[in-house]
Amino acid sequence: MKKLLKGNIALCEGAITAGLKSYFGYPITPQNEIPSYLSKKMLEIGRVFVQAESEIAAINMVLGAAVTGARAMTSSSSPGISLKQETISYMAGMQIPALIVNIQRGGPGLGNISASQSDYFQAVKGGGHGDYRIIVFAPNSVQEMYETAYDAFDLAEKYRTPVMILSDGIIGQMMEPVEFNRIEKKEKELKEKDWILNGCKNREPRSVKSLFMKEGILEENNIKLQEKYKLISENEVKYELYMTEDANIIITSYGISSRISKSAVKLARRNGIKVGLLRPKILWPFPYKIVDSLAKRNVKFLSVELSYGQMVEDVKLSLNRKCSVEFLGKAGGELITEEEIINKLRTL
Amino acid sequence: MKKILSRPKSLKDTNLSYCPGCGHGIIHRIIAECIDELSIKEKTIAVAPVGCAVFAYDYFNFDTTESPHGRPPAVATGIKRTNPDKFVFTYQGDGDIAAIGMAETVHAANRSENISIIFVNNANYGMTGGQMAPTTLIGQITATTPFGRDTKKEGYPIKLCELLSTLEGSVYLERVSIHNPKNIIITKKAIKKAFQYQIDGKGFSMIEVISNCSVGWGMSPLESIKWIEEVFIKSFPLGVIKDKAI
Ligand SMILES: Cc1ncc(C[n+]2csc(CCOP(=O)(O)OP(=O)(O)O)c2C)c(N)n1
Repeated sequence: MKKLLKGNIALCEGAITAGLKSYFGYPITPQNEIPSYLSKKMLEIGRVFVQAESEIAAINMVLGAAVTGARAMTSSSSPGISLKQETISYMAGMQIPALIVNIQRGGPGLGNISASQSDYFQAVKGGGHGDYRIIVFAPNSVQEMYETAYDAFDLAEKYRTPVMILSDGIIGQMMEPVEFNRIEKKEKELKEKDWILNGCKNREPRSVKSLFMKEGILEENNIKLQEKYKLISENEVKYELYMTEDANIIITSYGISSRISKSAVKLARRNGIKVGLLRPKILWPFPYKIVDSLAKRNVKFLSVELSYGQMVEDVKLSLNRKCSVEFLGKAGGELITEEEIINKLRTL
Repeated sequence: MKKILSRPKSLKDTNLSYCPGCGHGIIHRIIAECIDELSIKEKTIAVAPVGCAVFAYDYFNFDTTESPHGRPPAVATGIKRTNPDKFVFTYQGDGDIAAIGMAETVHAANRSENISIIFVNNANYGMTGGQMAPTTLIGQITATTPFGRDTKKEGYPIKLCELLSTLEGSVYLERVSIHNPKNIIITKKAIKKAFQYQIDGKGFSMIEVISNCSVGWGMSPLESIKWIEEVFIKSFPLGVIKDKAI
């Protein structure tokens, strides 16, 4: 049975179905539906909700809950996500799985609350200090908000890493029907982990840290992290291809702008333009090899984003100058329109 | 022959690497003894941030987690709310708890989180080389107050117990010291009471332990003990600041 929901609420439902035990947040538009919804729902089902004193406190509460093996999350929007970066870096170093949701708004600074994809660099290139990566999901529908929130916890735990859902105010606030196609996870089936802190009963005490002061130990841990990131890069690339087989222009686009790009592709096809779409569903690891495999002679690429050119750098990196790569994007105001995309396609 | 004193089970059998004369070793031992006596070692999760507290992971013989600078009360909130059956305490320095982490401290107290905080007040930033802390005394010379703390520029020493005592949520706040055996006994009583309060579900407790940092203060261990007695605790009076449970 389908239910009409806002993206932000669908995301909550996905997380709860995945066994979300503890949520910690701080108000900021356009993600306020999440803490509002969870403040009621989590209590009704006997789970934890705390409105923290800041985004910094919220992510540190997540660290505390997650280090005990519980599924924990926080959500915020761009400026708040900037505040969380130090602790996300700690969690990467400590190898603590958790979900961080960024319902992006316009920046830099306080910016505005318009839909934006300007936090791509921050999300996929590390964000905080040190050599680390987090898995970054980019759902583009309300259904995917639900499914991604659910699946995100499995991947986070599989690799012992913080993960992020990078969405925006439009996907977060628009309403679409959602099919509840995921099976509820029970707390019991989640608890079996050999690194968590749950009191040293019948075992040696454990310590979870990112501090490695003794000679050589930090490098050792860094190498372990890099091996893990390599494994993630090999196994977790996820994308959608649309009408790319005969295309001589490939649009690359994710999240809200991929929806507009997809309708532009349909419209352009009717006008005889051979264009297709590659949509990364996961932004890190980026589908470098897939982009490269689409690079035939005379194929051009166009990256469409609500930013001034961020993901386009990864498209270029994939292609290593094999094809020309164009960019169409803006941020901080209106959405990109299908007409703008088609006009751009005509110039290529 | 009967053994009357041995290493607490909650302390690992290893040498401490603290500076000569440092108070952390004594405070560690007191905490370990309390945890042993209350039989809570197997349900303890301790939170230690940066500062000299980073060594605690190597010495405490129970589960410990790291926390970013100043955030232990938030980390402990996450642990305790998610696992109310566990015993959760934080171990923090003055810079950690009252400068960078002041917001987390105040709000954990205000929510009356059922956690215990051991706050080691050594009147300076020990780990980073003896800079001014929020608790540095007026006139005290530190690495960043070469002419002594000047209230016009650097403000006044923060008395955290008194500050938190104004919040409805704080339950038990006591300032103690470890500069002599008598006060060590009082410190142990206070810490054990705070731990018992958490076990009884009474809410937020913080024990502020005045401790010496002879290296940071540029004194010999004996001089530093004398300084606590003659100067430090004159500015930071010892005693129960608040005990709501009585
Ligand atoms: C975000 C951040 N800022 C600064 C530091 C550097 N730093 C490490 S320990 C410390 C001060 C610790 O002083 P205090 O909390 O009083 O503890 P003590 O070392 O005296 O025990 C600082 C500033 C850090 N690790 N992280």
